Amino acid sequence: MSEIVDDIKFIDEEGKRIDGRRVDEMRPLKIEAGVLKRADGSAYLEWGDNKVMAAVYGPRECHPRHMQNPSRAIIQCRYNMMSFSVSDRKRPGPDRRSIEISKIISEALENVVFTENFPRTSIDVYIEVLQANAGTRVAGLTAASVALADAGIPMRDLVPAVAVGKADGHIILDLNGKEDNFGSADLPIAMIPRTGEVLLMQMDGHMTMEELDLALSYAKKACQEIYDIQRDALHRRYASQAGTEDDNDDDDDLPDEEA
Amino acid sequence: MTNDVSRKEREIVIPGDLLEGDKLRPGAGTYVSDGKIYAAFLGIKSVKSNYINVIPMGGRYIPCVGDSVIGKVEDIGPSNWLIDISAPHPAPLHVNEVPWRVEFGDTARYMNIGDIILAKVLMVDETMRIQVTMKDQGLRKLQDGQVVEISPTKVPRIIGKGGSMIQMIKGYTNCRIFVGQNGRIWLDGEVDNIMHAIKAIRMIEQDAHSYGLTERVKEYLESVTQQDNVESE
Repeated sequence: MSEIVDDIKFIDEEGKRIDGRRVDEMRPLKIEAGVLKRADGSAYLEWGDNKVMAAVYGPRECHPRHMQNPSRAIIQCRYNMMSFSVSDRKRPGPDRRSIEISKIISEALENVVFTENFPRTSIDVYIEVLQANAGTRVAGLTAASVALADAGIPMRDLVPAVAVGKADGHIILDLNGKEDNFGSADLPIAMIPRTGEVLLMQMDGHMTMEELDLALSYAKKACQEIYDIQRDALHRRYASQAGTEDDNDDDDDLPDEEA
Repeated sequence: MTNDVSRKEREIVIPGDLLEGDKLRPGAGTYVSDGKIYAAFLGIKSVKSNYINVIPMGGRYIPCVGDSVIGKVEDIGPSNWLIDISAPHPAPLHVNEVPWRVEFGDTARYMNIGDIILAKVLMVDETMRIQVTMKDQGLRKLQDGQVVEISPTKVPRIIGKGGSMIQMIKGYTNCRIFVGQNGRIWLDGEVDNIMHAIKAIRMIEQDAHSYGLTERVKEYLESVTQQDNVESE
């Protein structure tokens, strides 16, 4: 990081950002569902230079036993950055930051999953950041919710998430690495587009009320966009199986089997 | 199951999708919010007798009373066995629920860790405490053979309407087959035939929601069984 902080101009004369995006433009997002064979559900996500893999296991018996909840499932989440995910090698293992992110992601997901259907179990969510470039917690949450749906876990809705921030006095959507490091505010938000329910919101830095309103409006629009991409990823997973002709098989008629 | 309108197409829905349908009632795999019905699962929409359901595409086996399942003995206690039925919760089998008279502490003489059994789900309560039983017709320890696992949501397709699919596989391969509701399938017969049957099962699992599946499986089974006949002549 040899850049001189004061020298960066985040918005040029034409209103373009350092990577050529408009202030309310997201980095390209790509999601694929069902990429891991051994996991119950999985998703791979590329968002700009972020690369994230999410895997879901369960519901399964909860260990250690004292963490079981007799009335609902718990969601255990592990957000982890690979040592090679950033330019200076990250010391492997959980640290203060990743423990915090794991906690807020699992809390966000607990609000959409019908945990009461699976008492005394745990649903385990693993998020591995393979390559990081700002906004990995929202990328992780976006991928994890696709993986949960892929695992056949009942949930109220998918959870799209995005970061909004401020640099050079402008509110900008989906910060990239430089904007995140040298900008003046960062506000990750997870929002269900249909209800407008906010499942995750953190902020570092400062914004005025007006700036926050603008940021929220950007986030709302972006979440809708992300939501559509998430849905498309899940549709594509089974697209090849949808046929057109008809036959006599039935889906859910359960006759008994015998030898 | 011959009544109705669900025949049109198989529509894939995603959690949170609004399921329209005036005068339809919310069925399995759905939830109601603000008086509207939404999908709770990634699955296929189906309408049956005024209920709108979502049939999930995947997910763990959730036991229901009366399901016949294939279990594996996981642990032995003095008066019970712990059976793994691939559910999220442990499933104990008490000595009173087996067809033999077992003395206290004598459990290991009857069944040991690793044994495969055919059992029935006796009880599931709201906190998902499970009990299984072997005291019913046809329930027993399964000797020999092998077990394959599929996703439990695909079990109805493996069995087929009125057992048609599984009967066809049995007919062509001459295997003895048991399908547990928990997605485990036990097969016994000649090695080659078992391999063909497993291949057919994998085929069904892979394309569970496509059309014309029965025909394709039949074609496959016909081709391999004929081939075997030619070779043996």
